[in-house]
Amino acid sequence: MFGRRACTVVERTTYGPYVVVDVHDPDGPAPAPGQFYMLAAVERWGGGDGERPFLPRAFSVLRAREGRLSFLFDDVGPGTNRLMDLDREDELWLTGPLGEGWRPTDRRPILIGGGVGIAPLVALADTLDAPEVLLGFRDAHHAQAAALVTQGSDPSVTTDDGSAGHHGLVTELLPDDLSGVELFACGPPAMLEAIRRLGVPAQLALESGMACGFGACFGCVTPLAEGGYARVCVDGPVFAAAELAEVPAH
Amino acid sequence: MIDFCGLQLEHEVINGSGTFDAIAARRAFGAELLDRFPFSAFVSKTITLKPRAGNPPPRLWETAGGMINSIGLPNKGLAGYLEHDLPQLAELPVPLITNVMGSTAEELTELAAACDERPEIAAIELNVSCPNVATGLDIGAVPAELERVVAGVRPATTKPLIVKLTPNTADVAACGRAAEAGGADAVSLINTLRAMALDSDGEPWLGGRTGGLSGPAIRNVAVAQVAAVAAGVTVPIVGMGGVQTGAHALDLLRAGATLVAVGTESFRDPAAGGRIARELREKAANSANPFA
Ligand SMILES: Cc1cc2nc3c(=O)[nH]c(=O)nc-3n(C[C@H](O)[C@H](O)[C@H](O)COP(=O)(O)OP(=O)(O)OC[C@H]3O[C@@H](n4cnc5c(N)ncnc54)[C@H](O)[C@@H]3O)c2cc1C
Ligand SMILES: Cc1cc2nc3c(=O)[nH]c(=O)nc-3n(C[C@H](O)[C@H](O)[C@H](O)COP(=O)(O)O)c2cc1C
Ligand code: FES
Repeated sequence: MFGRRACTVVERTTYGPYVVVDVHDPDGPAPAPGQFYMLAAVERWGGGDGERPFLPRAFSVLRAREGRLSFLFDDVGPGTNRLMDLDREDELWLTGPLGEGWRPTDRRPILIGGGVGIAPLVALADTLDAPEVLLGFRDAHHAQAAALVTQGSDPSVTTDDGSAGHHGLVTELLPDDLSGVELFACGPPAMLEAIRRLGVPAQLALESGMACGFGACFGCVTPLAEGGYARVCVDGPVFAAAELAEVPAH
Repeated sequence: MIDFCGLQLEHEVINGSGTFDAIAARRAFGAELLDRFPFSAFVSKTITLKPRAGNPPPRLWETAGGMINSIGLPNKGLAGYLEHDLPQLAELPVPLITNVMGSTAEELTELAAACDERPEIAAIELNVSCPNVATGLDIGAVPAELERVVAGVRPATTKPLIVKLTPNTADVAACGRAAEAGGADAVSLINTLRAMALDSDGEPWLGGRTGGLSGPAIRNVAVAQVAAVAAGVTVPIVGMGGVQTGAHALDLLRAGATLVAVGTESFRDPAAGGRIARELREKAANSANPFA
């Protein structure tokens, strides 16, 4: 659907420090898991820290059903801060669905997410039959978001401080033998870079600073293994790990 | 219909070069993009002779009322553009303006001559915001140099030649006059203003160290520069810089522009150009009615 559209917030739920906002989007095309939207609040977008936000912000679709879209927000700056403040009846500008999502595989999928990066994995898990899901969080408070995974086996959880689940990095939960497996990962750059370096079949959902989300500005690029750059918004956000030169720190 | 250098355009609003990729947008939005195409002419992003990868990331910094970009003009190069992009851009429902950049008159002449041969291209825009390797100044920043470059390119094409002026100059009005004296059929302005953002350690944030400021933050600079150039040239002007509404577009038209280009606002809403054209039409209808 061309152009942005105003959608109404119908529900707001908290999961530890995270907020899930559901919006009514009766006319938009159904998104594929791993796709994203550019979002901006209709009211009070701007005037935050440094007079920002000005540009819309990119968010993975967390869940989509019957004309309703859910997004998961983590407060990292003026844009996410404003979006987390949205309540029922508030309006949101929305452009999308955008980008290339997860690609199907014949291999055994393992979903591996870190922090707010679990969002596109929740969308993917909804379409799979009881996939294995590994999630890493900072602490028990953040780990409350693991409850968002309702499809399949209970997710295995790790925390950085050991306050819930396994004490350590989520990548430590990966089986030693990854033959026949394909990893589907989203999370902090260091986690994705560690997974890329495993050299096994993997799809990585990247983040990048974006101005437009539809290929117009060339601002969101990531370096490719073959040289040059790809636009995260239109060539991704999901990339095969082998395509990437590295997962840049920002 | 608006007559612009002989092109018959549906309305006054076009896109700023490098701020709308019609090929990517068609993939993202489908056929609806063509049915509701927001611009009355489409300007390509800057094409250079050789392919360019662009600057290392990060390439974007958000500011109060705008953004700084250091994209670095990534493009497939002239041959790649003509072979891969041009056939797809020719399917757009509006005339195509190809924007080219070179660091010498010879390079620009080669680019203009190649565009001249292609009937799909309606007009050529010269981006003269390219640093001169010898002086570090933009080639378009010094009026005498600009006139020499434009005069060198002029014989290479009979298509309308638009010179996109750099705002990073001491005297933009003199640059406008120099472009006209060199044979430009139109001038466009403003390009982005050179700007820098520092990270929390005091180091430049952008991979290209400096970048170009665009968006509402530069709107009134654009109005001033368009008015200054309009006072000294007879050729038509494409005004741009921070346009977000029909009222902003009208300001640039009143300052002396014939067309208005929308850049950064398309990032906030891909369909912004169409909305701005509609708002402009409504304003014109209202001001024709003294009781409105
Ligand atoms: C495809 C995709 C999907 C995403 N999905 C989600 C999701 O589901 N949930 C979620 O919470 N987030 C998601 N994100 C991340 C989200 O888009 C960012 O967290 C958000 O844009 C941050 O905006 P902000 O204004 O809150 O913070 P900002 O301050 O804009 O951003 C924080 C970071 O940007 C940099 N920065 C600081 N100041 C500036 C400035 N002036 N200009 C430019 N950069 C600056 C710094 O690195 C800072 O750490 C996704 C991103 C992408 C690309
Ligand atoms: C991300 C970005 C990329 C741009 N790329 C080009 C370019 O390739 N060639 C060019 O002549 N101008 C380029 N510009 C400048 C715009 O065409 C325009 O002159 C400027 O952004 C001012 O308009 P605005 O405030 O509406 O964006 C670019 C601007 C932006 C923001
Ligand atoms: S965000 Fe603009 S090209 Fe990707």
